[in-house]
Amino acid sequence: MCSARKFYYECVFKYVREFGGTLPRGSLHFHAFQNESYRVKTAYLHAVLGPGNVDYGFVLQQIVFGLTLGCLYGLLAIGYTMVYGVLRLINFAHGDLLMASAYIAFFGIIIFQIPWPLAFLLSVALTAAIGILIDRGAYKPIRNSPRISALITAIGISFLLENLGLVAIGGRPKTFPTPSLFEGSQTIAGVQIPNLSIWVFLVTCVLLAGVMLIVRRTKVGMAMRALSRDMETVRLMGIDIDRVISFTFALGSGLAAAGGILWCMKYPAVEPFMGVIPGLKAFVAAVIGGIGSVSGAALGGLILGLGEIVIVAVWPDWSGYRDATAFSMLIIILLTRPTGIMGEDLPN
Amino acid sequence: MLGKSTFCGEALFCTKVLPGHFRNAFCITSESEERAYVAAVRGMSDTLQRNDTRITPGRDRMLTCVSLATFLCFLWYADSYFGDYSIRILNNIAIFTMLAVSYNLINGVTGQFSLGPNAFLAIGAYTSSLLTLSPEEKLRTFIIEPLVWPISEISVSFPVSIVAAGVVAALLALLMAIPVFRVRGDYLAIVTLGFGEVIQVVANNVVSVTNGPLGLKGLPPYTNLWWSWGVCLLTILCVVRLVNSSYGRAMKAVREDETAAEAMAINAFRTKTLAFTFSAFVQGAAGGLLAHLITTISPSLFTFMLTFNLLIMIVIGGLGSTTGAVIGAVLVTWGGELLRAFEEPVTVFGYTYEGIPGMRMVIFSVLLVLVMLFARSGIMGRHEFSWQALINRCHLIGNFLRRHS
Amino acid sequence: MSGVFFRTERLTVSFGGLAALSNLDLEIQEGEIVGLIGPNGAGKTTAFNAITGIVKPSRGRIVFLDADITGWRTPRIARSGIARTFQNIRLYEDLTVTENVMVAAHCSVRYSVVEAISGLGRFRSDERRIHERAQFLLDLMGLTRFAREKAGSLPYGSQRKLEIARGLALNPQLLLLDEPVAGMNPHETMEFCELVRTIRTELGLTVGLIDHDMGFVMDVCHKIKVIDHGIPIAWGTPQEIQNDPKVIAAYLGETSA
Repeated sequence: MCSARKFYYECVFKYVREFGGTLPRGSLHFHAFQNESYRVKTAYLHAVLGPGNVDYGFVLQQIVFGLTLGCLYGLLAIGYTMVYGVLRLINFAHGDLLMASAYIAFFGIIIFQIPWPLAFLLSVALTAAIGILIDRGAYKPIRNSPRISALITAIGISFLLENLGLVAIGGRPKTFPTPSLFEGSQTIAGVQIPNLSIWVFLVTCVLLAGVMLIVRRTKVGMAMRALSRDMETVRLMGIDIDRVISFTFALGSGLAAAGGILWCMKYPAVEPFMGVIPGLKAFVAAVIGGIGSVSGAALGGLILGLGEIVIVAVWPDWSGYRDATAFSMLIIILLTRPTGIMGEDLPN
Repeated sequence: MLGKSTFCGEALFCTKVLPGHFRNAFCITSESEERAYVAAVRGMSDTLQRNDTRITPGRDRMLTCVSLATFLCFLWYADSYFGDYSIRILNNIAIFTMLAVSYNLINGVTGQFSLGPNAFLAIGAYTSSLLTLSPEEKLRTFIIEPLVWPISEISVSFPVSIVAAGVVAALLALLMAIPVFRVRGDYLAIVTLGFGEVIQVVANNVVSVTNGPLGLKGLPPYTNLWWSWGVCLLTILCVVRLVNSSYGRAMKAVREDETAAEAMAINAFRTKTLAFTFSAFVQGAAGGLLAHLITTISPSLFTFMLTFNLLIMIVIGGLGSTTGAVIGAVLVTWGGELLRAFEEPVTVFGYTYEGIPGMRMVIFSVLLVLVMLFARSGIMGRHEFSWQALINRCHLIGNFLRRHS
Repeated sequence: MSGVFFRTERLTVSFGGLAALSNLDLEIQEGEIVGLIGPNGAGKTTAFNAITGIVKPSRGRIVFLDADITGWRTPRIARSGIARTFQNIRLYEDLTVTENVMVAAHCSVRYSVVEAISGLGRFRSDERRIHERAQFLLDLMGLTRFAREKAGSLPYGSQRKLEIARGLALNPQLLLLDEPVAGMNPHETMEFCELVRTIRTELGLTVGLIDHDMGFVMDVCHKIKVIDHGIPIAWGTPQEIQNDPKVIAAYLGETSA
């Protein structure tokens, strides 16, 4: 029996002992206990094993969860940071692209009966197209206006996407059809690792490598980096900055789509406002890692993901405040090192 | 100088399409028009000013007092004779006007994009409610966990609770301002957006203070037309005076060019913090008023949608103009009520149009984006209301009609 | 030893690996008009940015009125008596001309926010004082007729003058002008020469300026510093500079003399 299971039963026995007597399987307490996984398990971890002893199995498990979440945040954060680096614009609609990709994949599989690999690819492509559309339609006309106009437009687009989703598709959460390839788990060294986590990690590594390659080795990437320094000069050099910006949006949106699909397989509820909080956290991750830096965004995502999971694991009473972790990290970073871990001061 | 505008304003007026005249008469916005205007005015210094009414400061004050008195009479009439629904709308308009004016101070006048109003509103609502409920009522409401001491024992009067609500909100704004305004960048938007989420999370979880998702019920309905409009008018007065002082000029300078402002010895951090804290104070107080209007508050009430509504109000009214904020608030609150029709089923000539819930927000979002793309200055642009401007426009229209009749 | 009015010691500004300014030693005596010239990209505006705190110096010291102002933040430096104009005119375009000048006097305001809102206390007297000073400065610059116009709508030359008026509202002791006569014709430049001398004598200012118009610089400055690629190469009176072979070489390139 793997140690996680052993631990679980230990907790059950302790619980039963406290309640004095046996606990029939169907009883309310038993089910309540089962659903209390995080809180009770970690609380009893300290009780059963004492504060000095660490159950490495449990710790590794949490690290795996944290890394998975971190990769997802990282994928989303890269798109955010690229657009901010090039346009100095916080694209509030970025989180809603996650929602869009989820819905496209969902409808592709459920309604149009497309095989899931095709549906996923289609979702990524269409989301990238939506990203370009938003840029050309809404952001391009106000590129030369004061920054606050662009921010207001971005919020407007974000809200529009969310409410369009609400009106067109309805607010009730739908369950994402996760293909069987991504279900189940492996047991390595006594730790249960969901297959999805392995896939997330692989996909993130591949995509991250791809983006770094594009940014560092291709002409477009060089143009992107130049744009983030000085837009006027790049324009004077005869480079079509509209195409470079569209490419940036496409790349970022595609990554957001990949992150979105993987996110849905981890948290299968698809609803119109699902992208709001992840989007916010992704920006925080980008700031932590250093806004404008792709590797920084990935690093920031990992830090944020691990931080969230670890804090809840160590202080289970505060699990309701999980979402507030990102906010606190943002404040800390702004107080201590505003340029982020890997960032430099972007010229204004 | 504005008096002379009657003539050349007419000249400009006749060459422009009617919608353009709205601002063209004396709120000229483009550079070439400015030059033409200046040239015209200088060129015709000896042309008689027809129908020229100069509004002296004395007359200005009198006009303001008279219109204020008229408005108060209207309020008295409404309070006595209007139905519940209309009174509710009037109260809403007052509170949202107050919110819009304060939101315009940080977003429009100082140019810092904050998304915080819903958070400060929530803070103010809860603070004020927790202070006005009597200890017995608190005992009755807090059924999951008892309210923490000493809040469980305190009970103060309504005005004190409103002020306290504002103060608490302002203090939290001050705390947030320190990490955010020290840093250059657009982080205020994300921080305030995150803060809004955190407040909701906190309100839901700190059950011993906020009663969690159940919220607070049975609040005494202290807010009536006099309270809401009284505080609203006071707010408008304070904001207008602040904007017309050196502090307001400093805020505008920070909006226009922060680097140049700093080179002119303006402490941008202090200026931004002042605007942010002041607007948070007003928003907290408005939260208190709102709580005692709808008598039930819960964490799910203070969502981002509130902030978004305020954003639309100040954008449509004109980002940077207090008058615009007032106009925008009235229009959007009223319009929102009208648009509710879109969400209700309606039967016309036997056709039943099933209402689409959520359509209102889609229309608002589209409206916001369209205004941003095509009419970024909104209705008032950055101009404020003045009696002189109003009289001039009336003359302009009068002359136009006379010439073309 | 009498106090130092203004001096930089080995002032260096580097961005990444590139040294935009290396070891600048600039000394300005009270009441002088000093020019800073050099070919394009020589680092002149960077020097001004470092002096006014917009850019942080990597090495070196700046002393003003016996105080070490290195590393001070921009508003503090401005309050201590250094005002500047910008190479690419940074006015508050949407504010009126008068307001542009009045804003610069914000640091001298003595009333609090409460007094501002209530209109009591020193509010009225301070506002009147600021307004009068603004009118005086606009008069000095010849901009009174534009008083109620938006700053963005002014003709180019007037915008430059407005920037100076705005800087003067700070009551500075040292005024730094960044390319004040760029884009002006010879007649306007001569007028401007006179203007600089007038405000220097009437307001007791010391002036530091950057420009490319050699005629103007030689005419108006008492001393000139020449820098090339961030490195100072000459210092002296206009006579000396005009005949300095290093300066000639920097501007014209190496010629077989």
